Amino acid sequence: MNRSVERHRNILDFALSSLLRRKGKNVSLWVMYTLVVFLIAAIVFYTHALKREAAMILQGAPDIVVQKMVAGRHDLVPVGYVEKIAAIRGVTAVRPRLWGYYYDAVTGANYTLMASDDLPPGTADIGNGVARTTRIAEGDFIPIRAVPGATTLFQVRKVLPYASELASSDLILLSEGDLRALFDFPRGFATDLALTVGNPAERATIAAKIAAQFPDSRPILNSEILRTYDSIFDWRGGMMVVMLGVAVFSFVIFAWDKATGLSAEERKEIGILKSVGWETGDVLLLKFWEGAVVSLAAFLCGVILAYVQVFFFSASLFEPALKGWAVLYPRFKLVPDVDPYQLAVLFFLTVVPYTVATIIPSWRAATVDPDAAMRS
Amino acid sequence: MRKSTAFLLFTLGNAILLVLLLWSGRYASGEARAMREASRVLVQKLQLTDLCLFTEARYTRHPSMADLHSAFQDHPLALEHFPSGSLATPPRFRRERP
Repeated sequence: MNRSVERHRNILDFALSSLLRRKGKNVSLWVMYTLVVFLIAAIVFYTHALKREAAMILQGAPDIVVQKMVAGRHDLVPVGYVEKIAAIRGVTAVRPRLWGYYYDAVTGANYTLMASDDLPPGTADIGNGVARTTRIAEGDFIPIRAVPGATTLFQVRKVLPYASELASSDLILLSEGDLRALFDFPRGFATDLALTVGNPAERATIAAKIAAQFPDSRPILNSEILRTYDSIFDWRGGMMVVMLGVAVFSFVIFAWDKATGLSAEERKEIGILKSVGWETGDVLLLKFWEGAVVSLAAFLCGVILAYVQVFFFSASLFEPALKGWAVLYPRFKLVPDVDPYQLAVLFFLTVVPYTVATIIPSWRAATVDPDAAMRS
Repeated sequence: MRKSTAFLLFTLGNAILLVLLLWSGRYASGEARAMREASRVLVQKLQLTDLCLFTEARYTRHPSMADLHSAFQDHPLALEHFPSGSLATPPRFRRERP
């Protein structure tokens, strides 16, 4: 046992010396390798944590949301639907929601305006992102341009807690009367209806009943809301697949570079080792350790850096990509949540192919005559 | 010190650091957990449906409420022009009638 360990350590010593002889090349390779692992790991950690965050936060979302569609587009829902939907067995509450969007020409930001029952007329509660963008604090007045053209001032009653930014950063809550007056919202209509259903197992049946009773409606289940976030941050979703594709191709280039052959210097080194008595197995072990040293060190450093970036620095490197042209972006911290399965996949995707790709050309070089290898 | 010893110590140190990070994440992320709880309470109270991640377009602000044509609202062959539109894909699960 000790003899075998000592053999591996001797070969590891030799592999490290060999790597250090070509310090510039190998250090730059390790740095690039670490960056690629970092990029993949950061995307995987970030999307997994966001999916989990969405699942936890949106548990409290309405059981069913009912929208009205006209020619494939949203339209206002008549409040008259409330009574009929409430009469469906299993529906415990129906609440009309009144909300919309507002583009602030001064800051260039988009806000979500929503009616809230517990606000007196003339006042507003604003999200922390709105307060940050407009530099408005509690007690100040926030100007909102109404549809008729006049600007109305609302006194900020409170700024919604910083802690809830992921849900409320761009929210402006107003009283129902104020919101209707601002947007010239017709009476007897709401943006959509939020339903509470007593038994979660009945949600799909109730949604089907609503769709049958109101052919112009579109019911959206709570589970569909959650699955929307699953699909956005799925590996196939939009930019994710592009970024992962770029990273995977980088690995293919690394592995291809290794697998397509050795440099003349490396061939010569293998020839010398064989001529001084090294066996083919020893040479392969040496190359295995050379590959393992680079890939293992890059994997560990890349994963640690990705974890720190995503969970300690709130994925600030991804912010420009996520922000797009938006002026308002929430500040939030993700609860660390790493799936061991994903970590294992990452390990087998990064460490194993590179190490194997290192061994194959060495095996081909180690099986030829030492004399020929040295002369080549 | 032998080079192999230095490498093994480096690897072991990194592995321990990684395990500590993963372990600490489960128990010591008080601020992030408080944020999650505050958001969850607000979502329930106001009956919100989406996370405030992309505020540049309405269909990326509320992706679960958007209809499939929102991104191409100008005309049927319009190109999606908001950067976050490439991140927030349209919802796949719909019970709309064809």
